[in-house]
Amino acid sequence: MEITMYNVSSNPHDRDSMTTQRIMQLVAIALLPTTLFGIWNFGLKALLIVVLTTGSAVLCEWLYNFFMKKPQTAWDFSAFVTGLLIALNMPVSIPWWMPVLGSIFAILVVKQLYGGLGQNFMNPALAARCFLIISFAGKMTTFTANKAFKGVVDTVSGATPLAALKANGYTDKSVSVLHMFLGDIQGTIGETSALAIILGAALLFFFKIITWRIPTAYIGSFTIFILIYMSASGMGFSAGYLFSQLFGGGLMLGAFFMATDYVTSPITPMGQIVFGICLGVLTAIFRLFGGSAEGVSYAIIICNLLVPVIERFTVPRAFGKGGRKKA
Amino acid sequence: MTPNTPKERLLNGLWVENPTFVLMLGMCPTLAITTSAINGIGMGLTTTVVLACSNLFISLLRNFIPDRVRMPAFIVVVASFVTMVQMILQAFLPTLNKSLGIYIPLIVVNCIILGRAEAYASKNEPIPSLFDGIGMGLGFTCSITIIGMVRELIGSGKIFGAQILPLAESGKFGYEPITIFVLAPGAFFVLAFLSAIQNKLRIGAAKRGIDPSKGCNGQCGSCQSPCEDKKEGTDK
Repeated sequence: MEITMYNVSSNPHDRDSMTTQRIMQLVAIALLPTTLFGIWNFGLKALLIVVLTTGSAVLCEWLYNFFMKKPQTAWDFSAFVTGLLIALNMPVSIPWWMPVLGSIFAILVVKQLYGGLGQNFMNPALAARCFLIISFAGKMTTFTANKAFKGVVDTVSGATPLAALKANGYTDKSVSVLHMFLGDIQGTIGETSALAIILGAALLFFFKIITWRIPTAYIGSFTIFILIYMSASGMGFSAGYLFSQLFGGGLMLGAFFMATDYVTSPITPMGQIVFGICLGVLTAIFRLFGGSAEGVSYAIIICNLLVPVIERFTVPRAFGKGGRKKA
Repeated sequence: MTPNTPKERLLNGLWVENPTFVLMLGMCPTLAITTSAINGIGMGLTTTVVLACSNLFISLLRNFIPDRVRMPAFIVVVASFVTMVQMILQAFLPTLNKSLGIYIPLIVVNCIILGRAEAYASKNEPIPSLFDGIGMGLGFTCSITIIGMVRELIGSGKIFGAQILPLAESGKFGYEPITIFVLAPGAFFVLAFLSAIQNKLRIGAAKRGIDPSKGCNGQCGSCQSPCEDKKEGTDK
C-alpha cells in the first residue's frame, strides 16, 4: 500500500479571494454615487478637483516607489481611494493646488514615510484634510456658492447648514432635514448627500468590506450624546436639530468611509465598538463645544492614535483559554 | 584630529556630535521656539553663553564637587548663569526676551547643558571644556536657526522677518503661506526632514570611507556609531 505524505504549509490555509486591490476598487465604486452627486451639485470644478487629487496621489505613490526602489504599489487603488477621499473633503471653491498639496502630504508623509499601506498610523486622507485646514483655515472653510451651484435656497451661500446650526440653533430658517439628507446644500464636495453616502455604504455592507460595528457605534453614541446635550442644555427635544447634526457635515462620510479604514481602525470586534463610541463622543464634543462647526476629521485622527491601546485591552479570549476553573 | 584640542571640540559640537541632529538633545526649545530664524539665533546664542560659562566653571570645580551631589551642584552653577543672562536680556534686548519667554529660565534644565556638564566638563580640563561648550552651543545655534529659517520661510514667506516670498493678496498671484509650519506640527516635520537629510549626508560619507567616528574622543560607552575600534566601557 502506498502512503502519500502531504506537506502542510503553515496557516492560514483557507484564503479569501478578496485582495487589497479588489477591496480598494469596491471602495472606489462605493464612493461613486457620492462623487457623482458632488459633481452634479458643485459643477465641473468638483470634477477637476477629483481628477487632480486622485492623479497626484497615484503619481506621488508611483514616484516614491520608483525612486526608493520599492515594489510598485501605485496600481492597488489605495492611493486612488486616498486621493478620492481628499477630493470629497474639499470645499469646491478651493484653489486647485491645495488639494494636490494635500494628496502629496497624505501619500508621502503620512503613508509612505511610515512604511506604506498597512503601516500608516492615521488615515492619510484625513491627515491631509487637517494639514490643509490648519494651514489654510480661511480657504478651507469658505463655501462660496458658484454659478454651477444648483441649491434650492440662497440663504446657505455663505455658511454650511452645520455652521448655521452652530451659530443660530435650529430655527425656521434652517435648511430642511430633507435637503440635508438629499444633499443639495453647501459643504465639501462629498459630504453633502447622506443619501448617496448611504447608497455607497450599502454596497460595502453587501460585499462585507465593512462591518456594522464602527458606523453603528459611531452614529449611535453621537446620537445619544446629542440627546443628552439637548435635555441637559434646556433646549428640549428637537428632531430637526438632531437630524441636522446627523446629516450635516462629514459625519456620514466619516462614519462609513473613513473611520472604517482597515489600517487605522481596531481589528478586535469589541475594540471596534469602543473605537466607534470614542469617535461619537469626541465628534459631539468638538461640534458642540469646539471652536469650529465641524469635528469629524479631528475626532477620527485622534481615535486613530488610540487604536493600539484599544486593541491591547480588547483582545478576545482565545478558544480554550481562561474560563471558570473547576473547584 | 587630536582629541580635546579647541579646534576638534568646536568641530565636534558643530557637526560630529551636533546636539540637535545627532544627539537629539534639547528638543523642548528646539521644537517650541523655532517659529522664526531670529528666535532660533537668540535662543541658540543665549544657550551658548550659558553652556560655555557653565562648562568652564564645572570643569574648574570638578575636583571639589562630591560625586553624590554633582547634579544639584551643576544645576546651581547653570542656574546662576541663566539668571545673569536673563537679566542682561531683559535690560538690553527686551523684545527677544519677551518672544523667548519661559524658555530662557528653562535653559537651566536644558539637557544639552546638563549632558555636557555630566559627560564632558566634569571629566576634562577647563580649556577643552570651554571650547566644548562653545562648539556645542554653536552647533545648537546653527541647527535651530536653520529649523527656524525653514519654518519661517514656508510658514510665512519670510526669513529674519524680511518678506522673501511676496504674499498672495486679493486676486494677485503670490505665495500662500502654509501656516502649519509655524505651528507646533511644523516643528516636527522640519526637524524630522532635516535630521533625515543630515543622516543621509553622514551615511553617504561613511560609505565613501570617511570614518564618522573621527574625533569621538574615545568615548565608546556613549557612542552610537558602528565603529570598528569600539571598546566597551572606555569613557574617560
